[in-house]
Order: sequence, then structure tokens, then C-alpha cells
Amino acid sequence: MNSPQAIVIGCSAGGLNALETLFAGLDRALPQPIAVCCHTGSATVDLMCELLGQHATLRVVEARERASLEGGVIHIAPSGYHLLVEASHRFALSVDERVSFARPSIDVLFDSAAEAYRDGLIGVLLTGANRDGAEGVARIRHCGGVAIVQDPADAAVPVMPQAALELAGADHCLPLAAIAPLLNRLCLT
Amino acid sequence: MNTLAGPTPPPDTVLEDIEVELFVRALKLRYGYDFSQYAPASLKRRVLQLVQAQHADTVSAITARLLHEPDFLPVVLEGLSVPVSEMFRDPDVFRALREQVFPVLASYPQINIWQAGCAHGQEVYSLAILLEEAGLYERSQIYATDFNESALNQAQEGIYPARDAQLWSRNYLAAGGSHSLADYYSARYELIKLDQRLRRNVIFANHNLVTDEVFCEAHLVLCRNVLIYFSDPLQDRTLGLFRDSLVRGGFLCLGTRESLAFAPSAVDFTPMNAALRIYRLESRNGGGG
Repeated sequence: MNSPQAIVIGCSAGGLNALETLFAGLDRALPQPIAVCCHTGSATVDLMCELLGQHATLRVVEARERASLEGGVIHIAPSGYHLLVEASHRFALSVDERVSFARPSIDVLFDSAAEAYRDGLIGVLLTGANRDGAEGVARIRHCGGVAIVQDPADAAVPVMPQAALELAGADHCLPLAAIAPLLNRLCLT
Repeated sequence: MNTLAGPTPPPDTVLEDIEVELFVRALKLRYGYDFSQYAPASLKRRVLQLVQAQHADTVSAITARLLHEPDFLPVVLEGLSVPVSEMFRDPDVFRALREQVFPVLASYPQINIWQAGCAHGQEVYSLAILLEEAGLYERSQIYATDFNESALNQAQEGIYPARDAQLWSRNYLAAGGSHSLADYYSARYELIKLDQRLRRNVIFANHNLVTDEVFCEAHLVLCRNVLIYFSDPLQDRTLGLFRDSLVRGGFLCLGTRESLAFAPSAVDFTPMNAALRIYRLESRNGGGG
């Protein structure tokens, strides 16, 4: 892999708590942009950004259509839209059909980011109750990026990381507590 | 240097990009539909979905079919437009239209509304219901346009899966509907059909935002979650179309997550409700009042 240029994170059931832990452990000097797809039932992600922002070392904002991915900032996919990354490293939104029953879908974010950043991408898949993200992890690895999957035994809901491991494997399979330190190491050296 | 080794094969995602580009070019040269200014990531997803749905092995395979089988064109257009919507999607927007925009529209003797990219028509019927309940429908004319002929046909029929009705009813009430959504449709088996009286003042017409020009003078343009699929220059061109179509002080309603930050034409529009992406057209010469 090249030096990392961006990080994408996917999670579903149990994801909010996992993100809280992860974001609290990130080094505040992290220069890469971070994009997050977290399945949520709410109509907006305002509250999610606020909650996550309380403990995060980095700024947490909703990802904005057409905006560039900003280094050192955590961008959350808006509710009800797929979030994609263009080759120009800008965000795009879509209201296409749900993928794996989800919109935003982790696969959609991971696929597009994998092609936009190729071997400069790190993908992180955390707890969740469906199979969304498995294809995306495969795509990231296929394009030369690094995939980090939460150890299913450590996940609040193991289905999602388990599905990804079975379909795509991972470069690192770790408990949640070890993921932020790994990201800091990969991204700051 | 080992001259016997062939060129390194490109990763297949790069090959796919080449194939998608050729597919888009074929569609344009053969039939005049121009998708070259669509946002690439979503377009590629849709093309690859089409490949999968057609049980084809490669994008090139469907490009060949597209070139040689004109009957295949509607399938392709349907696949590339993937119209997904709800009735009263984002109820707050419809509430704002009713409470903030309709009172102004009410001052016109005839109200023209352009629903651009109407897809399967859910928003057309939503709008008609809203106008009906506001007592404005009799003097309203809705132009509902789309480039996708089969979507337009479905929009005219107004038939939708019954499983959607529950969500739509909730949306309708959240939007401030004064009756029950069920008053406007009949249910049969797994389907609902919207009251066809609702389309008495609707003209469904084929119009392509990419290539066609202004065709009406509108007091309100609704175009929600259509421009998100367009590149910056095409988004800007389309906003220009809306500007030229709107009367002075007319309204533009976009999707709630759309951004005008990269569109020079946006200077002509003033946010009326920025959060809900409802804009008003500025007076053109700055003086007109």
C-alpha cells in the first residue's frame, strides 16, 4: 500500500458506541479525511454528529454534496442517501435503490472510495447485523487498499464483520480497542 | 528489459472505466442520449447494475446490444434513471411549500409548476393533493417532465405498491395533509392507484434536462434529487434553464441535501428556506422590484 490518503468506516447495529470509542482514540494530528457510513433510523444525522463530536478528537460533520473530503475531519453520510466518493476526491450523493436493505450503504461508499483512492485507502468495518460492507471490503482489498475488520468475537453484533471476513478476508482483524492505535500508526508514519 | 512480456493488464476497475466511457459514447452517438456529464461514480454503479440485471459478462457486451438492438434502448434508459422516490418525501419540504410558497402563488391568476425529472410521479401526485387542499388546484397547471418514457407512462398510471402506502400516509400527515391519504387512492390486491382526478391539470411530457430547452413560464420549479446525479457544469446549465423558465420572484425547490456551491448560476437564486433548499429567483436587472 501507498501512504494512506483516506479512511472509510462502516458500521450498523451497535455502531454508534463503537464509533465513539474509535473516534476518542484517534490522534488529533491525523491528516487524512475520514468518511463514515453508519446505518441509522433517524431522518437526519445532526444528533449523531453532535453526540460523536463530544468525545472525538477530530471534528465530526455531515458529508456535504460536491464538497471535497477534508483532511482531519470525520464526515458522516447523510440519512437517506448513498454517499459516494468521486475520482476527484469529492463527495456525491445518490437516492438509488437500497443496497443490502440500506441507504446509505457501506458497500456503495467503500466501492467508490476504493476506486477513487485505490491503494491509498484504509477501510474499517465494525459491528453490524447485516451483510452490507462485505462486498465493499472485497473491493478495497482488490484495489490495493487496507481492510481492517473488527474481530466478530469483540463486536456488539458479529454478523457484519463475520460476513466480510468470509467473503473478503482482512488485512487486520482486531478488537475495537486496538483499531484506533493501528490507524494512528498507519496514518502518521 | 524483457520485451517478451506483454503490457501489464490494467486492474479490472480501470478496464471497467474504459468500457463505461465507450458505453456512454455509444448511447450518445447512436441515440442522442448524452450521459457524459453525469456524476461518474453513480453512473458507473448503474451501468454495472444493468450489466448484472442483463446477465451480461461485461459492459462491452451491453454496449454491443445497445448499438445493434434499438428495442434494448428503453431498458437501458430505465436502468440509467433508476427513479426512486416516495410521496411527500421530506414532509417538512411539502409543509414549507404549503405554508410559505403557496400563499405567494395564490396571488397569480394562473399557476404554472414545472416538476422536472418527475420519474414515477410520486411527487406530482403529492403536489396535486397539496394544491387541491389549498384550494389552488383549479387554476394550476403542472408540467411533469422526464426523459424516461417508461417512467412517464408509469407516472401517468399512478399505480404503486401497496406496501409503500403506510410510509406515504405518515409523510402526508407530517406534511400537514388535512384528510387521510387513503382518500386519494383505491387499494386493490398489492397495489394502490391514485385518484385519476388528481392529474386533470397535469401534462406529462418528455423533456431531457441535458439537451432540451425552456418550454414554459413557471412560478415554481420542483427538481428534487435530480441534479445530484449531474456534474458541476451540467448542474449549472440546468439551473440556468430553471432561471430562464421562472418568472421573476418564482420559486425553485431542490433536494434537501443538494449543494449550489459549485454552480455560478446559483447567484440568481436567493435562499428562502435554506435548510429545505427552497429558493427565489432574484429580479433580473436588479431594478425591477
